[in-house]
Amino acid sequence: MSEPHGLDLTADVLIIGGGMAACWAATSAARAGARVVLADKGFVGTSGVTATGGPNHWSVAPDKRAQAVEERHARSFDLAERDWMARIIEETWRALPELTPYYPFDTDGKGGTFYSGVRGPEYMRALRRFAVDRGVTILDHHPALELLQDDDGAIVGAAGHARLDDRDWRVRAPAVILATGGCAFRSGLIGSHGNTGDGLLMAAEAGAVLSGMEFSASYSLSPAWNSTRTLPYFAARFFDAEGQELDVPPPMSGEAAHLKALARAMDAGPVLADLSDAPDLLKQLLRRIQPASLPPFERRGIDLFENRFPIRLFGEGTVRGTGGLQIIDEDCRTSVEGLYAVGDCATRELIAGATSGGGAQNAAWALTSGRVAGKAAALAALRMGKAAPGKAIGRAGLRPAATVRAIDLTPVVPAVQAFTIAFDGTLWRSAAKLEAAQERLDELWRDMADHGHARGLGRVALREQAAMLASARWVGAAALTRDESRGLHMREDRPLVDPAQARRLLTGGLEQVWTRFDHAISQTQLKEVAA
Amino acid sequence: MIAHIFEERCDGCNSCVAACPTHVLDARTDGAPVIARIDQCQTCYMCELYCESDAIYVDPDQLARPTITPQAILDGGQLGRLRHDYGWDQDAAPGEGHLSDFWRLGPLLREGAEIATRRYAAFKADRG
Ligand SMILES: Cc1cc2nc3c(=O)[nH]c(=O)nc-3n(C[C@H](O)[C@H](O)[C@H](O)COP(=O)(O)OP(=O)(O)OC[C@H]3O[C@@H](n4cnc5c(N)ncnc54)[C@H](O)[C@@H]3O)c2cc1C
Ligand code: SF4
Ligand code: SF4
Repeated sequence: MSEPHGLDLTADVLIIGGGMAACWAATSAARAGARVVLADKGFVGTSGVTATGGPNHWSVAPDKRAQAVEERHARSFDLAERDWMARIIEETWRALPELTPYYPFDTDGKGGTFYSGVRGPEYMRALRRFAVDRGVTILDHHPALELLQDDDGAIVGAAGHARLDDRDWRVRAPAVILATGGCAFRSGLIGSHGNTGDGLLMAAEAGAVLSGMEFSASYSLSPAWNSTRTLPYFAARFFDAEGQELDVPPPMSGEAAHLKALARAMDAGPVLADLSDAPDLLKQLLRRIQPASLPPFERRGIDLFENRFPIRLFGEGTVRGTGGLQIIDEDCRTSVEGLYAVGDCATRELIAGATSGGGAQNAAWALTSGRVAGKAAALAALRMGKAAPGKAIGRAGLRPAATVRAIDLTPVVPAVQAFTIAFDGTLWRSAAKLEAAQERLDELWRDMADHGHARGLGRVALREQAAMLASARWVGAAALTRDESRGLHMREDRPLVDPAQARRLLTGGLEQVWTRFDHAISQTQLKEVAA
Repeated sequence: MIAHIFEERCDGCNSCVAACPTHVLDARTDGAPVIARIDQCQTCYMCELYCESDAIYVDPDQLARPTITPQAILDGGQLGRLRHDYGWDQDAAPGEGHLSDFWRLGPLLREGAEIATRRYAAFKADRG
């Protein structure tokens, strides 16, 4: 790159990202004795989907765990693993109380303390303080652009741009943890503007493998003008613009019936929600429980429990979809030496199978994967000592394969949304639709890889576009190869589950995207795990 | 999207510039920060939480550039309201922790879903 390196640091463990997974990784690596640098695109405390949400963690009392795992496993379409499920429950149960000095945990209404559910902004503020107290060096507004790789293929650091100082940065470390979150493909989903799949792209440039990218059809319901939390919608009734009540099955119905009914209605015209049936206590307490749910309404003069208002489904991509980097061992290593993946940046098939882990599991996964990877990375780095010298390996948008040329980015977001956000390509997939959309993406990718180039701060936005293109191509390729319907992957032309495809589907590659079914999953019984 | 920073309330601490996760704001050596990249605003209200002077107003429409006037914002009574509702950096009154009702979230969601399920069964029966 032409810009001089403004900031040059060394560390034992470098963490890229600044949501809950990154922070839990950082505190855990620091506790294991490592010098930890954490570089986030935004501000650790407000960036990422953790901060704007209110994650409920899968945290279950010991006597109810076996049953919780069995119940959830039965709904995973045979792609989850019981031992991982049990592990995240246990780790979460143990970890959350450690935040007590930083987070105002309060009553559980039964004489105990409520740990499992937290408010996003307070949670992230607490995690930041916890990390700082443990000696973690936090670099806010330091988006990573690319990884550093040594001659043997191991990852030895990363480089990026410090956007408030407008200078380059580089951190060398023998262990790097990717915690860049899921990719929401710029759907407007709350908190997700920076969640553009950057970590997936950076890892793939180093040769990493992804898994479960076809499981990416997930949405949350919000007022049409502002993505918020899903809290008040559970008792909603739905109407079309003429005031006709719509036939929408309740939220917990199987086979995505609720979602599909809403999506069909929205394709036909505006849909309005009526929340007057909501529990009275919710009406009284909403401001105390989730104050952020109110401004979208109050600031428009709408009483959300009295007035009907238009709604919209905001796509969640791989945030509450399930795919991400493949994890190859219990320390959350990727298939690339020295590189770990945690939180939404990693596949969550291990704990949610073909379904969404949103609602409790994803947060427990983000916490656990962060903690185990943080510790493992620290121990590995301390064993290795100094990072070997390495070179920056970013390509698309940074080092074009052909001549530099201005490229038109306006078609990128619509194209990447074709089968990740747009209903027709997520809820009613077919080979024909996927092939057409994939062809378009391949063209756009070629253009980006051959000619895309920016300098300084401009690289951040360009790499985000490249990362979304790459991520969407993996979703498309996996969705085409998985010739069946399973969980979040819904093929109109293959409506049934095919027992022969009860395997994880791996994907990767940039120039050429490839897919390959993984070997069969050995299904351990929980008894063996506990033993 | 972020609509306005009230200069006369702003003490120039720049904590909003740091806290905005999407790099919307630029600091100035004198005076309030400027809204430099509004197209990157994700309407997350985080800048409001981190502004101790209650000098920032975020308009709730994330799809359109705000047109609301400063006077209308002041008249609306929402400036600083969200931070206050959170109890963001204020101690709670004794026995009224900011999060003392938070545990009810799960049960209330379930109750809502049950209401919908019961009502849907009736709706179906009604329509045959
Ligand atoms: C509305 C909503 C509600 C949810 N509710 C629940 C729930 O109740 N229970 C549950 O289990 N799950 C829930 N989830 C999912 C849960 O929030 C996530 O699984 C979890 O927060 C993921 O944490 P994370 O740290 O992996 O990602 P994030 O919090 O998204 O953090 C990603 C971080 O990576 C940073 N980043 C991105 N690119 C770069 C780069 N190039 N360089 C440096 N940093 C970068 C971002 O700035 C951000 O800080 C919900 C999600 C949403 C959207
Ligand atoms: S946080 Fe508030 S007081 Fe501080 S600079 Fe921003 S607007 Fe001004
Ligand atoms: S609403 Fe969010 S994205 Fe917009 S300026 Fe404020 S902090 Fe930044």
